[in-house]
Amino acid sequence: MSPQKKHFRPRIATVWLAGCSGCHMSFLDLDEWLFDLAEIADVVFSPIADVKEYPENVDAVLVEGAVANEDNLELIRKVRARTKILVAFGDCAVTGNVTALRNPLGGPEVFLERAYVQEADTQPGIPRDHSVVPELLPRVLPLHQVVKVDAYLRGCPPSPAAIRDLLLSALGGEKEKE
Amino acid sequence: MKVTTLTINGELVSASPGATVLEAARENGIRIPTLCALEGLSTVGACRLCLVEVKGSPRLQPACVTAADEGMEVSTDTDRLRRYRSMILELLFAERNHVCPVCVANGHCELQDRARQAGMDHVRLPYQHPDLPVDITHARFGVDHNRCILCTRCIRVCDELEGAHTWDLAGRGTNARVITDLNQPWGDAVSCTSCGKCAEACPTGAIFKQGSTVGEMEHRSDRIRFISAARARKEWSP
Repeated sequence: MSPQKKHFRPRIATVWLAGCSGCHMSFLDLDEWLFDLAEIADVVFSPIADVKEYPENVDAVLVEGAVANEDNLELIRKVRARTKILVAFGDCAVTGNVTALRNPLGGPEVFLERAYVQEADTQPGIPRDHSVVPELLPRVLPLHQVVKVDAYLRGCPPSPAAIRDLLLSALGGEKEKE
Repeated sequence: MKVTTLTINGELVSASPGATVLEAARENGIRIPTLCALEGLSTVGACRLCLVEVKGSPRLQPACVTAADEGMEVSTDTDRLRRYRSMILELLFAERNHVCPVCVANGHCELQDRARQAGMDHVRLPYQHPDLPVDITHARFGVDHNRCILCTRCIRVCDELEGAHTWDLAGRGTNARVITDLNQPWGDAVSCTSCGKCAEACPTGAIFKQGSTVGEMEHRSDRIRFISAARARKEWSP
């Protein structure tokens, strides 16, 4: 959108960290309402849009997934710095949920060994090139233990209606401030 | 029979003689959240969710084990109590691995219900993520210590209604566990009659019927109330 445009068009984004993408599937289940959303807001970053870099000045973001690796950590910090309203989107973002099931088992080496060595059919070996496979954090963390979270949307996944209601209230609140 | 008269949330109410504050509240349609209390069993004040304010006492009192006294002034729903209850619930969620979306009791869980009613949207404390066992050595039931909140309902129902006392509590603090017999695998616990009352009484997904998958374990704690009441009144037909 052009900066000269007079009417306020909120800039929203969705981010996919360590989760199964089910929350995004629920977002897509909003079906034709997504056209209505496109009427009132610009989606400036999302795993379902081909944008490489998280942009500046985002009004609201839905973040799916927990913080499990160095890539997640780097992205969530960037997202926080560039966004007004950060929503923990679904149970992995809110609690760690299934993604955090690895935490009781010990550090990452335990299951990297299991997955890439013990269970490997061919060429056993843990991938150490972190530009290819991001380094795992010692523990999977919910978003609010890493950055400030402004709203929590529970559910595994949250229902499409709950996502719509939250987006509308977040966008409504931003609109009033203009 | 002399009734007790007391004030709950500014309203004058009467309670049966010998009633607790919790019973007095329930008799008058006032809801106090509970987890360890189960009608038909003794009360232990283990979960602290039913804490209330009593005028003249600086300490909060658990309603389930506090006698309703004549002239008592009780508050059940103040900001302070709501704050404490939220913290208690968050402590319970942080202490073990309550991963609701993959729990047998998802959607039929009293811990989940209380959290929803309290408006809990996240846990402010760091999750402890302890490494806890699941015992499925019993032919029909299983116990998942990840979901246990140590309410001791299983211990009380087994002792007080079944008379078997298979369940007990071992360890202290974060090491506390419900155990069967002398901390043996449940399948080896010879005192267990396999009656299943513990599975009906459990408020979470800790004790479950084998074969239940996500959301399939529906506890029938009303059966505990029914058995207890039927015995007390010597009524044996449903």
